[in-house]
Amino acid sequence: MAPDLELFDAVLELADDHLVLGHRLSEWCGHAPMLEEDLALPNMALDLIGTARTLYDHAGRLEGQGRDEDTLAYLRGDRAYRNLLLVERENGDFAHTMLRQLYFSAFMHPYWEAALGSSDAVISGVAGKAVKEMAYHIRHAAEWVIRLGDGTEESARRMGAAVDALHLYTPELFEEGAAAGCDALPARAAMRGAFDSTIAQVFAEAGLCVPEVAYPPSGGRRGLHGEELGPMLAEMQSLHRAHPGALW
Amino acid sequence: MANETPLWEVFIRPRNGLSHKHVGSLHAADEVLALQAARDVYTRRGEGNSIWVVRSVDIVASDPDQSAENFDPTAEKIYRHPTFYEIPEDVGHM
Repeated sequence: MAPDLELFDAVLELADDHLVLGHRLSEWCGHAPMLEEDLALPNMALDLIGTARTLYDHAGRLEGQGRDEDTLAYLRGDRAYRNLLLVERENGDFAHTMLRQLYFSAFMHPYWEAALGSSDAVISGVAGKAVKEMAYHIRHAAEWVIRLGDGTEESARRMGAAVDALHLYTPELFEEGAAAGCDALPARAAMRGAFDSTIAQVFAEAGLCVPEVAYPPSGGRRGLHGEELGPMLAEMQSLHRAHPGALW
Repeated sequence: MANETPLWEVFIRPRNGLSHKHVGSLHAADEVLALQAARDVYTRRGEGNSIWVVRSVDIVASDPDQSAENFDPTAEKIYRHPTFYEIPEDVGHM
């Protein structure tokens, strides 16, 4: 395979989104508010990390420098990570985590649907699997957002606080980033309609308002991250950095 | 917590053509979340293709104190087991 550095950058962005959000979800393992969610959250984390692995492996081949999935995941610092700011946001309370998941999956579901017809066989293969996973993530997160938003005074207050804290990170989802010139990947801006309609539907049931975002933060695709990503990566990468190439 | 998230019994059908079997229980606030939780807790290793959830309080169970009168009288009626028939060899495994 001839190196394709444009597509490498674009696939790396996607892979970083999935790994970082997958790792964030995995942080709930053992801490979820109930046993049922303690299994559900790692289930979703494993969906995302599985997708990230395939994408990293593919990116490594596109780059052609011999970097494998472990090298890409464990041996890059935060400035080299290209993930969206949304996915690196800290878990916060359960309302924050569910809303973050809803935003991401409401975008990725139509994205992977569009990617089913990609000219790149790995991308279309990943899409086939991810489309079903994202459909479930939307359902799982939406049911919780609705119940918390339309629940008790306390749960509604927390859900509202999550919207205030996270909605401003959603415009970055639609930035083309490195994928701008890549025919093998769908145009991200084209997901606007599907995303807005999913969010509007869920928010209406949850009694939440879609806020206006005057100054959306951006920069994840250029490696300009919030201060929370560094410590997360340090923890995630510590084992591999202490024991390079460790297997178990 | 227990009042807000009652107990549900979970039944899974492993394959088309088989019946749903009881696999365990879980806590959930309502039927939609109970089905989601059942999917997340009990189908992680490809256990099935259909889920039923039933509120545990809706299950009517036999009284263990009536166990003797319910079940013991069948013990001596061995003729109800189809073990008195000679099965021709040509029939093979039944």
